[in-house]
Amino acid sequence: MTSQKDGSLSPHNRLMTGAEIFVRSLVEEGVDIVFGYPGGAVIGIYDALHDISDIKHILTRHEQGAVHAAEGYAKASGKPGVALVTSGPGATNTVTGIADAYMDSIPIVVFTGQVALKLIGNDAFQEADIVGITRPITKHNYLVRDVNELAATIKEAFYVATTGRPGPVLVDLPKDVMASKTHFDYPKKIQMRSYNPHTQGNKKQIEKAAELINKSKRPVLYVGGGTILSNASEELKALARKARIPVTTTLHGLGSYPESDELAMGMLGMHGTWYSNTAVNYCDLLIAVGARFDDRVTGNVDAFAAEAKKIHIDIDPTAISKNVKVDVPIVGDVKHVLRDLLPLVQTLETKDWLQTIRQWKEEHPLRYRNGKHIRMQYVIQRIGEMTNGNAVIVSDVGQHQMWTAQFFKYIHPRTHITSGGLGTMGFSLPAAMGASFARKDIPVISLSGDGGIQMNIQEFATCVEYKIPIKIFIMNNSYLGMVRQWQELFWRRRYSQVKISSPDFVKLAEAYGCAGFRATQTDEVDDVLAKAFAINDGPAVVEFKVVKEDNVYPMIPAGMTWKELMDVPEEELKGVEGEAPEVEELVILEKG
Amino acid sequence: MGELTALPAPDGRDRKHTISLLVENKFGAFNRIAGLFAAKGYNIDSLTVGPTEDDEISRMTIVTRGDDSVIEQIMKQLNKLINTVKVADLTYESFVERDLALIKVQTKPDTRSEIMQIAEIFRAKIVDISPRTVTVEAVGSEQKVDAIIKMLKPFGIKELARTGRVALKREFQGEVN
Repeated sequence: MTSQKDGSLSPHNRLMTGAEIFVRSLVEEGVDIVFGYPGGAVIGIYDALHDISDIKHILTRHEQGAVHAAEGYAKASGKPGVALVTSGPGATNTVTGIADAYMDSIPIVVFTGQVALKLIGNDAFQEADIVGITRPITKHNYLVRDVNELAATIKEAFYVATTGRPGPVLVDLPKDVMASKTHFDYPKKIQMRSYNPHTQGNKKQIEKAAELINKSKRPVLYVGGGTILSNASEELKALARKARIPVTTTLHGLGSYPESDELAMGMLGMHGTWYSNTAVNYCDLLIAVGARFDDRVTGNVDAFAAEAKKIHIDIDPTAISKNVKVDVPIVGDVKHVLRDLLPLVQTLETKDWLQTIRQWKEEHPLRYRNGKHIRMQYVIQRIGEMTNGNAVIVSDVGQHQMWTAQFFKYIHPRTHITSGGLGTMGFSLPAAMGASFARKDIPVISLSGDGGIQMNIQEFATCVEYKIPIKIFIMNNSYLGMVRQWQELFWRRRYSQVKISSPDFVKLAEAYGCAGFRATQTDEVDDVLAKAFAINDGPAVVEFKVVKEDNVYPMIPAGMTWKELMDVPEEELKGVEGEAPEVEELVILEKG
Repeated sequence: MGELTALPAPDGRDRKHTISLLVENKFGAFNRIAGLFAAKGYNIDSLTVGPTEDDEISRMTIVTRGDDSVIEQIMKQLNKLINTVKVADLTYESFVERDLALIKVQTKPDTRSEIMQIAEIFRAKIVDISPRTVTVEAVGSEQKVDAIIKMLKPFGIKELARTGRVALKREFQGEVN
């Protein structure tokens, strides 16, 4: 007979502390990596973690880094990312990462320590009402008030984070709850009377959508991150190719459809390609797939695809008719809906439409003038060419992010990771760290500007400590480039607080104990890239001293329409006077 | 199931809507709903919450206003909250609604009987009395409660407490009294 009280006889009946239950629950969930940072309120948890070999813990140098790493891991792997931090400042430092994951629908579970239950509300040391603080930026959050609820809460947290429209879930763990004991019994099934996301689309709606598609002469597929979240790239390809429909993607949709394909039109929106923006505005049917009609895509909503009928497939009912009224809304998981839609769709007569788009691609390609001084576009294009699309590109926020979206040819899903919705500077380095634990088979590349890299530069140490073999590419133009671009174009060139200085990144890399390289001219780019790619036993930092004042084109100014699209200026196409012609060339990049 | 009253065509005009929702009695559930209205900038005219026949569930009745697209978003957003079990917009259905008010009215010896008469007309009760005040308990539709308050105002209302609207869908639809 096993004793219920002392519990020492059978592992199944042994009483366990909350901390032990926590660790065992993570193992049950199949969690093999946790990004975190210990502190007073979570010492017990870290003690329990110490004995578990199934879970690798990565000690980041800041809690924000831990959450971004969990995001990067989740985006690259498709599995939930996990972060563990202490109470108070540890918890509040996760806020930006959580908000980022909420905006971009990234499944992460953040565990925060909390002061003991009886101290909650007393302004205790390192107390913060993190459940209150994160309520509007989590899909859901929990305060565990009884150790008997702990296992079920953890199960529920992972379920909520990963199902429906994914998102961050926070679980707050008071210190005394984690020290009290109970029997561990991890629930096999989950039952929530109030949460039941449905994945199947309505049959009648799908039929209506098929009817619209079959009647369409100039259809466009407008594909967002939902397609990648639901692992529906194959279904998307099947639909586009069967029906002969051109595909444009949002920033988060990049990788869902191979950009080497002739139906691909690259990115849509403010810095999207000329032809995809034009095609959307001449199309007679817009099929939005896991996209949310974000303002950076639509510009002036009233003029966005104004003439077109619209089909909108999304798992989140609130995303539908939020910004744009659509003709056929379909609530459901993209993968399921596309599967159901495919047999109903015919091969369309879109030859003329595709020919028109092909002509637009020739007339208004993505392009830049290459010269002696390094253009970011060139660096990104070369990374793309050297890796052949077989790399995970993790960009930060700003000009380089948009060029990364434009000048790298994405072939595979989950190879483009960026902070899209929240636009979090400092995202790239820690997110790339996380991604590298999910993808050991291909290079993981962090791309940042000189501003963004300095926001989480402390994570150099983490990369070195764990020999994380990411490439850390820094595009240094000595400016906060995107803000400078807006000041140049819309604020009469009044460059207020956008000039930014940086440390010597090569020396800094060396001080942290990793390899550092620098390129200051275009002809050095290939060499430093090759050197960086040759390092596989740790991080490699490369600083590119790039052209200081350069603008991202095409650009549709905020709130405007495709008619106001600003393409690469004439003088750039003609060339800059004074530059030796032998080092100059107009580079044209084709998508599709 | 009763018949559904035909929805008027969307006209982009603001209307008052009575939304009834069932919410799990979980930590922070109320805050989540109040927070949603604040974060999205939706109006709340009144919000009531109380227990139901199921002790794991509370019923909230929210009176809000907005055009059809705003109301549609409110309904969807409420539904999206993990603790929400059910959301219903009662506005275009037949429903029973009640509002309760406690109205403390100043009295003088010569006005007391008039106040009591008014209370009687509205089938309100006198629930407290003192030399200078009477407290009237009025129950009914929002308009009825508004009306009695209006009638009592000239005497001087010292204090007023109202519950806000609680509502339930009528079982038998199509007959409104």
